[in-house]
Amino acid sequence: MSQSTVPKGRAPVGAGDVPPTPVLRRRGSAGLGRRATPYAFLSPTLVLIAVLMAAPVVLVVGYSFFDRVITARQSQFVGLDNYLQVLTDPVFTRALENTGFFVGASVLAHFALGLAFALLLNSPLLAGRVRALFRLVYILPWLFTTAITAVLWRMLLNPNGVVNYGLGALGAVDGQVEWLSDPRLALPTVTFINIWSGYPFFMVSLLAGLQGIPKDLYEAARVDGASAWQQFRSVTLPQLRPIIISMALLDVIWTSQQFALIWMTTGGGPVDATEMLSTYTYKLPFADFDFAVASASAVVVLALSLVLAVLYVRHQKARD
Amino acid sequence: MAVLDRAATGAAAPAPQRRPGATRRRQERSHRILVLGGLLVGACFAGLPVLWMLSSSFKANSEIFQSPPRLVTEGFSLAAYTSIFSDPTKLRFFVNSYVVAIAVTLLTLLVSLLAAYAFSRYEFPFKRSLNVVVISVQAVPPITLLIPYFGLVVGLGLYNTYPGLVLTYLVFTLPYAIIMMTGYLNTLPRELDEAVKMDGAGPLTTLWRILVPISVPGMVSVGVYTFMLAWNEYLFALTLTRTTDMRTVPIGIQLLMGQHSYEWNEMMAMSVLGAIPVLLLFAFFQRFFMGGMTAGAVKI
Repeated sequence: MSQSTVPKGRAPVGAGDVPPTPVLRRRGSAGLGRRATPYAFLSPTLVLIAVLMAAPVVLVVGYSFFDRVITARQSQFVGLDNYLQVLTDPVFTRALENTGFFVGASVLAHFALGLAFALLLNSPLLAGRVRALFRLVYILPWLFTTAITAVLWRMLLNPNGVVNYGLGALGAVDGQVEWLSDPRLALPTVTFINIWSGYPFFMVSLLAGLQGIPKDLYEAARVDGASAWQQFRSVTLPQLRPIIISMALLDVIWTSQQFALIWMTTGGGPVDATEMLSTYTYKLPFADFDFAVASASAVVVLALSLVLAVLYVRHQKARD
Repeated sequence: MAVLDRAATGAAAPAPQRRPGATRRRQERSHRILVLGGLLVGACFAGLPVLWMLSSSFKANSEIFQSPPRLVTEGFSLAAYTSIFSDPTKLRFFVNSYVVAIAVTLLTLLVSLLAAYAFSRYEFPFKRSLNVVVISVQAVPPITLLIPYFGLVVGLGLYNTYPGLVLTYLVFTLPYAIIMMTGYLNTLPRELDEAVKMDGAGPLTTLWRILVPISVPGMVSVGVYTFMLAWNEYLFALTLTRTTDMRTVPIGIQLLMGQHSYEWNEMMAMSVLGAIPVLLLFAFFQRFFMGGMTAGAVKI
């Protein structure tokens, strides 16, 4: 890992930014004890990581090369068979496509809504109290646990529900739309629910970013005769760029792991219309009791996540 | 609407012999109306579903899908809430959630404080590598861990118990807690603990007597965020518990969906009650909350 440098005048925010500490070696006699001290402080963490992370990852990779793991006493080494089975399963391909759509659309919409709301909230024309009130309302969707979001939208989107009534009154839809059980509508609908529940995270970070942009940059742009749109293009967006990229990568990682929302709204259905990598990997062991193939699928998901994480860490290093 | 109309006509009306500042002021006013209009549309998008949840929790179940829909109905009552409070099975969901979330929060604070102290105040071999290990733990998706956890938790005899949940939750609360606490300790001047060490105090005494008391804001940030993550957790709670009396609130809400018919009003009441702890934490610790949220996001 390359050494990252701490920008001057900013408090370090991450463990990765620890400034060099003078080695504490005041009394020579306590040499070994001193050297062991930090490891003693770290030991609970290290034990937990070994048990909860290292061992499970080794186990799941191991499982993925055997058949009938966990459910049977005897299991045989089958090489890459489980992987072949996963990668040639048309449902897996469908899950991959669905996850791609779900993640792509969610992240783009989170960004667009988050930015729009952050710009509105940041308007200098607002009184402080009005701003605080609106900000509270805008953050609300993010404060509900996914289970609550799921049942709430199942009620709102019920064929007899208030969404159909409202859209019907506007003449936008005709009759009782089956938002979550129509195979053509289910995927866009769960994506919409995810957009509703996730944009505040973007918004809060972008709002903090907007407030950190030096005012004199706008002054300079105005002196040069830049319009509001030109100021946005040439000052606001470039200044927010690092935050936007970090947030987008994080959002891709989190959204691709979304399970509870899908599981509680459609369960991956109707048929495979909303099957995601997470629900696919969950069903194999806990509905079909195939832990071996599920392990192969879990390892594929892990590999994809690691690629994203490496991208994220690279971007963070470049920022420092 | 009236305000908008007036603004529109006002802007369009010819204004002879206007003072130089007047156009500017007029422009500013129409701009403000645009901003407020945008904010109101957004607030409806964000807030109306939540308002409908609250309103539905006071309805009779038969009125949930009445047409035309109404915010306050004839059947307005606290029946859904009293039914939850008088049912030990449903109350148990809340007890379970509180027990697990509080235990996870306390353990996370303890373990992360110790680790953060080492990262912040010591230089030692493999420090960077260990740091990278802690950070990379966050990149592993929960669904990947689920299969081995199932075997592990059953093997340790922790299936369907509180310790099984608490232990597994630590895997996703610890990494960012350590990162946040280290960041916080780094902002505290080293001279403080150096002075105490000169007096011959051990590292634990230094941590406990000097750093802990002044780290309270950092610990509140970490604690609030941890509690929320644990309170909201779904996947492990679904898989690592089995009996109804061990289920947490998120699973309990789902269980209401399965039984006999859908008791929508009770599900909404349960959602309101389930959201209250997080809403209260947010209301009281908003500043810490945002700090935690963005700090967690800045670095994995």
